[in-house]
Amino acid sequence: MAGSRGRGRSQFSFSVDALGFGRGDSLPSSAHTPSPLFPPMQFRPVPLHTGEEVDYMLALKQELRASSKNLPFHIKAARTKTDVAHYSDKYQNGETKNNCIEWSPDWSRMPKELCIKVRKPRKTGAKPQLTRKPKVAAGKEEVLQKLETLEKREEEQHSEEEEDEEKKKQNEEEPDADEDYDEEDLEDETDYIMSYFDNGEDFGADSDDNMDEAVY
Amino acid sequence: MTAQEVRLCGLLLQEHFGDVVEKVGTHLICSGVLTLRALAHETKLPLDLVKKSLCVLMQHGMCAFGAGRRGPAGPVEYHIICEHILHMLRYPRYIYTAKSLYGDTGELIVEEILQSGQMTMSSTVKTVADRLTHNMPEGQSMDYSEVVSAFSRLVETHFLQRCPPMASAGSSSSGAVNTPLPAVTQPTKPEDHPECYRLPYINLTGQGKRRRSSEDGEAEQRAAKKAKTDNSERGDEGIYWQVNFQRFHLHFRDQAIISAVSCKLDQASSEIVRTMLRMSEVTTPAHAAFTQALSANEIFRAFPSSYNIARPILDQYLTLLVDDPMEFVGRTGDSGGGMYVVNLHRALANLARATLESVVQERFGSRSARIFRLLLRKRHLEQKQVEDFAMVPAKEAKYMLYTLLSENLVQLQEIPKTPDYAPSRTFYLYTVNQLPTARLLLQHCYKTVGNLIERRLYETKENKRLLEKSQRIEAILASLQATGAEAAQLTEVEEMITAPERQQLETLRHHINKLDSSENQVDETIFLLESYINSTQAPP
Repeated sequence: MAGSRGRGRSQFSFSVDALGFGRGDSLPSSAHTPSPLFPPMQFRPVPLHTGEEVDYMLALKQELRASSKNLPFHIKAARTKTDVAHYSDKYQNGETKNNCIEWSPDWSRMPKELCIKVRKPRKTGAKPQLTRKPKVAAGKEEVLQKLETLEKREEEQHSEEEEDEEKKKQNEEEPDADEDYDEEDLEDETDYIMSYFDNGEDFGADSDDNMDEAVY
Repeated sequence: MTAQEVRLCGLLLQEHFGDVVEKVGTHLICSGVLTLRALAHETKLPLDLVKKSLCVLMQHGMCAFGAGRRGPAGPVEYHIICEHILHMLRYPRYIYTAKSLYGDTGELIVEEILQSGQMTMSSTVKTVADRLTHNMPEGQSMDYSEVVSAFSRLVETHFLQRCPPMASAGSSSSGAVNTPLPAVTQPTKPEDHPECYRLPYINLTGQGKRRRSSEDGEAEQRAAKKAKTDNSERGDEGIYWQVNFQRFHLHFRDQAIISAVSCKLDQASSEIVRTMLRMSEVTTPAHAAFTQALSANEIFRAFPSSYNIARPILDQYLTLLVDDPMEFVGRTGDSGGGMYVVNLHRALANLARATLESVVQERFGSRSARIFRLLLRKRHLEQKQVEDFAMVPAKEAKYMLYTLLSENLVQLQEIPKTPDYAPSRTFYLYTVNQLPTARLLLQHCYKTVGNLIERRLYETKENKRLLEKSQRIEAILASLQATGAEAAQLTEVEEMITAPERQQLETLRHHINKLDSSENQVDETIFLLESYINSTQAPP
């Protein structure tokens, strides 16, 4: 009830003894900031357990952590293709692709919608090298064949076929050859206008009359 | 799921399975139940990655699926089982327990199954035999039959169990021979299946193969093909085994009780309690409050032969155990020389209480601990009574009480004399409630482990360059030694790491070991508090 206020002058509704500090004591300062991130500890912590069991479990834990990174369950997102083709791309094998899973779960125990293609782990290096050689040999033959067919064809179609050839041979090592250059260029259209060339046949072919003019 | 649990689950998933699974997992924990499309849409990851992550989580038993809200015809919904993710902290302890009970073979079996989530018996046996053969000296190899016997023992004592078969929900089998796989298969609890612990009949003979380092890809491919054709003859297709975490937890609980008795009383009493617990291993259900009643005669007969005490001494010890204020053992009858039970729930409560008291003691000092214990015992006390009973001067008692109050370890209960709650006419009683305080401490523990893991990741990241350099140098050294280089070359390579760098590496290793060890130790506290809290809840 608020009625008992006012009998004595500074009389609070609770007795100060119950609160634990006397009248003249200063109140503890209020906090202006959040408590510190690493508050100082009053007592040092007890040291950790030691012993053979503890060491063994520690070793086990670290081994498990290290080996779980190599298991197929450790999923890494496939690298997004950048626009630039790097030289090192052809030496990096076993790139993870998003749409294959590296281990084969028992699909009968999982919902059908989760089924994705299972990828057999590839052995490093064996396959890419084997497939590269036949492709290179085929490439040369292809080029020879193309040259023959191009010789027979009209010149206007040369540029279009060059583009097609390049697209087919994109993955191969050998540089895309020999663009067929037009053989016309050799003979007729040089940088020099033929009429400027004086091959000296006309020299001295002029008439010998009127020898009174001096020849310089 | 509390915020700390979610954070810890995220860190554990990231450590074991990578960032993708972590993202999927934490989002699924926070959202509760989601379909595949919704999950892919909300996490903004490609659908294939989400599928792979869900496969990984389901393989390890951390994710379960069920028919959605729209019934069997609608899309499947997935949810995470958080406890299984938190169990990942305890994997070293499970493996060590298997080692102490069943030797190296048992240890490797449990380790393989934990890492793969679920495995068939034949593949486990083969992998373990190969691993054991690899560690044996040249010329020896591990026979499959030994591994099979270790596996059988693990199954008999229920440490391993079959993965529950999928019960198809809403599948339409209209007499066709090959029913199409139902879109939604409902998982069942493992214990419901009567053949949960039955070993399949497999004919598996042979020995572990030693993996040569110079084997080329061809031979391995041939071996892999051979293994595939062999598998179909094994006879245990589709029967997968998983680790029975509950059984391991019961084992840990028993170990904790036995060690508590041996600390409080003596070795002989702990042997008696160990015998009692061993006898009631198979007869006591998992959530029972006490074991089956055992008569003193039975206990006497069941003693291990290496340990013999006289019958009257056994009776004296039993009386001592019953009279102990910890109440580990109780007497329920007089037939057969006295019927005794081990009070499991009460023992867990006492262990949790001891943990709480120890935490208060280490953080706030022994006098605060005395006040805390007093409040636990006397339930409600006023300020003045606390000072008197604890024999602590008034000012300090007040200070300590307020510190404990600000940490939420002690609560204030107001009992008004008048309806207007006037402070001068209200009793203020201090009290401690064990269960909420235990929950609070458990959350603190989760936060602690999260902090430890983050600190370890930070330390590793800071010194990444140095770690990589040392790994490369070790690889170079190993290859040099394999090709038989001379000592001068080896020392030259070793000197590539300078002395201060070596020092830095040493301190880094020391820190990481300490942080890892702390994680293991905090996990022991987590286990005790979790067991106590679970024991107070009604069994499912």
